[in-house]
Amino acid sequence: MTAIDEAAGTTPVLQTEGITKRFGAVVALRGVDIQLRSGEVLGLVGDNGAGKSTFVKIVCGFQRPDSGRILIDGREVHLHSVKDARAHGIEAVYHDLALVPQLSVYQNLFLNREVTTLGRLGWLSTRKMRAQAQAYLDDIKVSIPNIEAEAETLSGGQRQAIAVARATRQNAKILLLDEPLAAMGAKESALIIDLVKDLAANRGVSILVIDHNYTHLFELCDRVNVFQQGRVTFDRRVEDTSLEELTELMVSEYRRQVMAGHRELGDEVTAP
Amino acid sequence: MASQATLTPGETSPAAPPAAPSTARRGPAGSLLRLFVSRREATIFVVAVAIIVYFAARTSEFYSYANIVTIVQYMAPIAVIGVGEVFLLTLGEIDLSAGQIFLVSPWIVVWLQQAGLPIGWAITVSLLCCLAIGAINGLITVLLNVPSFVTTLGTYFSLLGLVLIVSNDAQADMPGTTGTFGQIFGISSWSEIGWALLIVVALHIVLKRTRFGMHVTATGGNYLGAAEAGIPVRRVKVWSFMILAFGAGFIGLLDSIRIQSLDPASPGTTVMFSAVSAAVIGGTSLLGGRGTIIGATIGAIVLGVLEDGFNLIGVSANEFTLVTGLVILVAMAINVQLSRVGARMRT
Ligand SMILES: Nc1ncnc2c1ncn2[C@@H]1O[C@H](COP(=O)(O)OP(=O)(O)O)[C@@H](O)[C@H]1O
Ligand SMILES: [Mg+2]
Repeated sequence: MTAIDEAAGTTPVLQTEGITKRFGAVVALRGVDIQLRSGEVLGLVGDNGAGKSTFVKIVCGFQRPDSGRILIDGREVHLHSVKDARAHGIEAVYHDLALVPQLSVYQNLFLNREVTTLGRLGWLSTRKMRAQAQAYLDDIKVSIPNIEAEAETLSGGQRQAIAVARATRQNAKILLLDEPLAAMGAKESALIIDLVKDLAANRGVSILVIDHNYTHLFELCDRVNVFQQGRVTFDRRVEDTSLEELTELMVSEYRRQVMAGHRELGDEVTAP
Repeated sequence: MASQATLTPGETSPAAPPAAPSTARRGPAGSLLRLFVSRREATIFVVAVAIIVYFAARTSEFYSYANIVTIVQYMAPIAVIGVGEVFLLTLGEIDLSAGQIFLVSPWIVVWLQQAGLPIGWAITVSLLCCLAIGAINGLITVLLNVPSFVTTLGTYFSLLGLVLIVSNDAQADMPGTTGTFGQIFGISSWSEIGWALLIVVALHIVLKRTRFGMHVTATGGNYLGAAEAGIPVRRVKVWSFMILAFGAGFIGLLDSIRIQSLDPASPGTTVMFSAVSAAVIGGTSLLGGRGTIIGATIGAIVLGVLEDGFNLIGVSANEFTLVTGLVILVAMAINVQLSRVGARMRT
């Protein structure tokens, strides 16, 4: 992809080095190194429990790593809170968490960034917000039939789109999406995939996506990283890998785990 | 309008929900149903009109000037405290002490007057005390992270006890207020309802048209999400307790200036429960996120008309209490049903 070629050799927008995290006896992350370049869509795949969500929570400031470094534009940052991360332009979007179901689409887009008049009285400039919301959604090609509809009445895909739109409208430069297509139909997925690609290509937003569906990932991403047991074990541009290679990687990992399990139980192991 | 701006003819939108069929309950019945689903106040409005028509048909006394004054004086405190409770219910909170704040504010005026303060100052300080009580309710709730049900139950009993102790169980007279000042603040028959309407309109505007009101809805609708977005959710809650406490204290002063005598033993629970009932039968959800000031106001009218109407046709207060209970249950059932229908219409 051109975005990568252009960016090759330049400093990654987001880079992590040796991120570790344990929860009691569970080691969730064993030293995660990733690089996300400007305008790039990076996919994270891996088994359940491989540590992908934990990694996202650390990068968005929700959890603290035990060790390791996070660099934004080559400079190390310390993220103590979600607010910190947001100040650096990083935002994780969880569509089911972000929106207020009872507020309208445009109110959600402007949540806590309302356009007001009359100073401290905080009189809402409803018309202005509606117009700006519509203009912004048109701009990023998100089509919502009625921006006055309550968020509750939208489909999952539309809610996700609104949540993403809010983050980018409020200047998020790095988006973290943890399984944004989970439980979505084909149409819904297409909506989000188009939005993500458009934001990356036309607005230079860098996006990290966790997803289990390889077909989606190949359509969506410029590059794929495979998480295995708290580490990134595979890093390729999508055109340099294939569905078969990824599947084989995951299956062999699965076999390895099964055999390790047998060994622990003292079973005789013969390679399948 | 902006609402139609997105879809230009011929363009199909990937975002469009599986259009019409599932939403289709067409014809006048369908649009009526949609009206009731989208405007929660519609149900209670129909109920209000029905009972007004009923009582007006039963007795001509109902629409006499004197009787209308009686009704509006009865409903004014319920409306003011009710719309205050709408803020709290929208936040997923409740204030059980509001009725007691309503009763304590004139007592504070009496005590301060006895201590030698001029009436103007006594009233000012009393209202500040009400704000402080609201702040205490709110701060305890958000800082200790306890349900406001418990916090305000505590302040309710504390205030009740305080009045009983300081008043020595003796009734007192509200200091006389005269002249235009007195007329505006309580003595005129229309003073209380006038102020009540002013407060209702103001709070409706605050809830629907200001940043603070939007933050109330956001905090009640999605507490974590609102906090994530940087909304000062705790401060929003504390302010809401203070708004209600101030309104309750203020209308309490007007009420006592009209009635003139104060009874330390009367508990504030009656007016508080009526107020919460008004809010709930008006369509405000106890689960938070959805409040309607207009609904609560019509709810207060319903309660006022019921009480008065039963009185007129010779039904006792006991039966009124029973009917109030049934009205709450029925209104609740209708609202729950309407939310279900609403959910089905959407999917
Ligand atoms: N808050 C937590 N407390 C304890 N264990 C956790 C916590 N969060 C994640 N884990 C554990 O860390 C590991 C990685 O989990 P997670 O990051 O959710 O994986 P993934 O998203 O790749 O499925 C799992 O073993 C999980 O049980
Ligand atoms: Mg996960």
